[in-house]
This record gives sequence, structure tokens and C-alpha cells, in this order.
Amino acid sequence: MNASLSRFNIASIVLGFAFLYLPIVLLIVFSFNESKLVTVWGGFSTKWYVAMFQNRGLMDAAWVTARVAFISATVATVLGTMAALALTRYTRFRGRLLFSGMVFAPLVMPEVITGLSLLLLFVSMGLDRGFLTVTLAHITFTMCFVAVVVQSRLVTFDRSLEEAAMDLGATPVTTFFQVTLPVILPAIISGWMLAFTLSLDDLVIASFTSGPGATTLPMKIYSQVRLGVTPEINAVCTLLIAVVTVGVIAAAIVNKRREVQRQRDEHAAQRG
Amino acid sequence: MQSLGSIRRDFAPWNDQAAKPYIVFDQVTKRFGDFTAVNNLSLSIYEREFFALLGASGCGKSTLLRMLAGFEEPTSGRILLDGQDLRGIPPYRRPVNMMFQSYALFPHMSVEANIAFGLKQEGMEASKIAERVAEMLKLVKLEQFAKRKPHQLSGGQRQRVALARSVAKRPKVLLLDEPLGALDKKLREETQFELMDLQQKLGLTFVVVTHDQEEAMTMADRIAIIDKGEVMQVATPAEVYEAPGSRFVANFVGNVNMFEGTVTARDASGASIDGDSGISIRTENAGDAQAGAKIAYAVRPEKIKVSSRPPMDIDSNAAEGEVYDIAYFGDMTVYYVKLGNGLVVKAASLNSARLTDDPLTWNDRAWISFKPDSGVVLTR
Repeated sequence: MNASLSRFNIASIVLGFAFLYLPIVLLIVFSFNESKLVTVWGGFSTKWYVAMFQNRGLMDAAWVTARVAFISATVATVLGTMAALALTRYTRFRGRLLFSGMVFAPLVMPEVITGLSLLLLFVSMGLDRGFLTVTLAHITFTMCFVAVVVQSRLVTFDRSLEEAAMDLGATPVTTFFQVTLPVILPAIISGWMLAFTLSLDDLVIASFTSGPGATTLPMKIYSQVRLGVTPEINAVCTLLIAVVTVGVIAAAIVNKRREVQRQRDEHAAQRG
Repeated sequence: MQSLGSIRRDFAPWNDQAAKPYIVFDQVTKRFGDFTAVNNLSLSIYEREFFALLGASGCGKSTLLRMLAGFEEPTSGRILLDGQDLRGIPPYRRPVNMMFQSYALFPHMSVEANIAFGLKQEGMEASKIAERVAEMLKLVKLEQFAKRKPHQLSGGQRQRVALARSVAKRPKVLLLDEPLGALDKKLREETQFELMDLQQKLGLTFVVVTHDQEEAMTMADRIAIIDKGEVMQVATPAEVYEAPGSRFVANFVGNVNMFEGTVTARDASGASIDGDSGISIRTENAGDAQAGAKIAYAVRPEKIKVSSRPPMDIDSNAAEGEVYDIAYFGDMTVYYVKLGNGLVVKAASLNSARLTDDPLTWNDRAWISFKPDSGVVLTR
């Protein structure tokens, strides 16, 4: 086969990427628009960024979002790691397959259903919708993503490391914190980052489970856009894109480096 | 039976009635579901002994080691260490340390942190730890690698770190699971002697699991041959080789020629055997075989002489055949001689001269012969 790019291939790539990224590029470009009219270019300006930081409503929503994302990602990481450990370690308990299936089901569950069912739960429990409920909801739906990431690392974890630690006198608790945790930490960190970004840009579940005083940034943006898109919103979205991109890339790099390291170790071990 | 020498001639506590065994497996059985890994096995190991558990993979030898380390509990039976029953004692409270087949070095810790890990768990003072780590690094000649991470070391260096880590706590017993399995042949030979040297220096009891008989023969004071979770024979390397207790052991360790037959006469000096293959054998080592017993007579290939003429020595057992195949190894040549009724006998001859004046070649008529004390009678 011809390795060089044919015209057809070039066209495919250009079209594909244009399809994916043109809207985003447009949004970023227009966030630097001087004009108040969103679709008419009026020269370069950063004034909408200034305006954005002065917009109380937007800033409040951003702060809520950051706190929700931080807390939910952290709790989800703890729970997801525990679930992953339980599912990879205790392989012989009754109904393990059912349990592992159930942990991963929310991955493919339509968000509307997750959101609605959580709303029903909160209402029946008599919980007032607000910061707590949206955080709980985000913990619920991001936990399984963490579990998947951590579990994939645990599958290749060499159990003899733990046995060696115990053999050398470390109790199971010490073994976990001094050996297991440091070794799987990169996976846990990338799990946390994934959970954080998922929580950051969630609209559907937040709309169902949030209440007055706990409006998240995506909700705020959505409601403002319904009144008409302003360049200010473009500026917010550009920043949000930047944060998410950095998060995703960082998680990918951590995972990739770990993987390369592991392969090198294994390769060296086989050779040695 | 004449006494057979071992490497450490004066060290033989197993022959001393008064000596107390240090590790005792007492009727130990271990089952995993339907599979019986260890079957009602009893074994005694003495202090400062270099003891090898030799067997094919899946024979249960690793399970024995893991039960001693505390990673598995016996289904029934007892394991005693220095008189203490180990049942219920978790691995982190047992005075034994293990060197893992995969080395199991902590990838996130430097070489010195790996070695110090066990000492820290003991709550040893930092200055003492540093001292001991330095001593261990010196012992395994890795002083300049102290700050490296495991993945920056070669296989042989990693093996030595694993060794240093497992002896740093001065355990009463060191368990070694295929300690040389991951090394190449040359490095393996060197390391064998290093291990023996280390064991002598530290005065520890070593229990090593291996599937490599050369490794076991070279290093161990005694070898236990394990098959299907049972002990086939426990003896010194020389005894295992020269006086195997059964057909299985004779076949498992080294090469052997097995003449199945019947004892026709038994007297004080030995026995006469009528081989099924047509050969009559006179032996001095008849064990407890009585006249009429169905036995196997086992002779190692290097104890069989092969020549183109009938042997002069009238005491020798001899048979005529045809050279069926020749395997030339440089240092020695193994002749496969087919006897009249089809039995192929292996005869190894050392090539002490560069060229022989009487070279045997394919399809030549040849005589095999061996002395009455060359082989042993096996009743099992």
C-alpha cells in the first residue's frame, strides 16, 4: 500500500478535524471579538474576559462548579479505588460478575436516567436540592470511571510485591499504604482527573439534582445562552475548554508514562 | 551401602539421632478445591542446612514454601519452626524471609530503601538501619547502586538486591523460590557459589525451591525429590544420584539405564539378576531385594563402558549390540547401543584423549560392560 497521503486521505483528515474542531475554534476566536455582536468580527479585544471576571453570577457558578468537582472527584476516587480493589482482589465471592457489571453500568447509562433517578431518590429522602445533592450525584456517576481506570492497573499489579512486604514484616495496612498505594497511585491520579473533568462539564445530571444557590457553570452558561449568546459566554467557555484540555492531557500523560515505565521494567525483567 | 561424601563432610545432622530438626512438616496436606497440592507430607530440615525441594512444576514444592512463609495455611497437619507450631501466625510475624522468583522489588523505592524496608518494620533505629543496609550492599557488591531504582538494574543485580533485602533482617530461615531461574546460564553458575558462600557466612538455614537438578545438586546439603505433593526421597546429592530410592528418582535425576528383571539368586555379597532384555547381571548392591523379586537395575551411562571388543574383565556384566546413535558433546560422547532384543543402552565416555584410535561409528558391533558395583537394584 502507498504510505504517502493520497488526496483523498488528506481531504478526509481535513474534513474530519474541521468537523470536530471548527465550532470550538470559532468559539475561541469570537471570545476575543471587540464587537458585542457574536457573529460579526469587530477586531481583537480581551474585554470580554475582563467583563466575565466582573460578572458575579458567572463567578459564583464557577466557584460552585470548582468546589463540586473537587469534592466529588476526591470522594469518587476513594470509593472507586475501593471498588476496584474489591473486584480485582476478592475474585471468588458469589455474584462477582454481577457486581462488576453493576459498577460499570453507569458508564453507559443515559445521563437523563441517572439524573432523574437521583432526583427521585433525593426527593423521597427529603433532601433539599442544592450543593450537597449535586455533589452526591457527581460522586455517583464519576465513581465508576475511577473504578475502571484503577481496575485496569490492578489487573497487571504483581501480587508478590504485597507478599514480599508482608514477608518483611509489614502488616496488611502498612503494606497497602507503603507498597500497593504508591504503585497504583498514577492510575488513581488519572482517575481523579477524569472524575474532576467529568464533573466540571456535566450539565444534565446537575440540572436534575442541583437547586437554588448551587448553580454550576454549565447550567449558568446554558441558561444565559437561552437569552442570547454573548461574547462573555464565549470567554467562559474558552477558559473551560482550556481547563478540561489540560486535565485530560495531564491524565493521559501520567497514564502513558506509567505504561511505558511498566513495559520497560517488564522488558528488562525478561531480558535479565 | 558405603557412605557417600557430601560437600561439607562433617555436616550431617540428619544422621545424628540426638539432633533436633529445625523445621518440621508433620503430615501436611494442602488442598485447593479438588486439587491436592501437598499430600500428607512429612519432612525434617535441620539448622544451618542448605535444603533443596526439587520437582517438576506443579509438584507442590512452591506450595510447601508458601506454607512455610505463611501465605498459605495447611489444610491439615502441622508445620513446626524451632518447636513452635506456625499455624495461625501471619507472614509478617514469622521469623522467615523469602526471596521471590520474580524478585518482587518495590519499583517505587531505591535499592537501599528496598533493603531497609524490613528493618523499618521492625522499628530499628535509623542509624542502625543505615549501617545494616551498607553492610548488605557490601555483601552483595552493590555499594555504588544504592540510589538506583530497580528498573535501572540488570537482572543479576536485581537478583542480588532481592537477596540482600531478604537476609537484611537476619531471618532464622531464608526461603528461596527458584532463586536463579531468571538468570542466564553463566550468571547462574557464578551465583550458585555466591549463594553457598553467603549461607556459610551468615549461618542461616536455606530452603530453596527449584526445578533445576544441577542447581539442587551443586548447592544443597540434602535434596527432597517431590512428586505429586509427596516426598519421593530425601538424601544428599550423591545419594540421590548414586543410590536412588525408586525408579522415579533414578529417572528424574540425571540420565539412567534401567534394566527390568527378576532376582534369581541372593547371597551375602549381592544378587544375580535375569534381565528381561536378555542380559544377566551380577550386582553387589542388591538392597533388600529377595530372590524372585521383580526389580529394576539402574546404571548411570558414565558407568557403562563401550568398546568394539568383548571386555577382558570376567567379573563385568556385558552384552553385545550395535551402535544405534552417537551424541558428541565435546567433553564426552554418548553412545546409544541397541542390544539384541531392542533395548537401547546409553553409555557415556569421557573424551580424555583428543582423538581415539578405535572410533566407534554408526552400525558398528559394540560391547557394553559395567562392573558389579556400578548400579543399584530398585524394588520400587
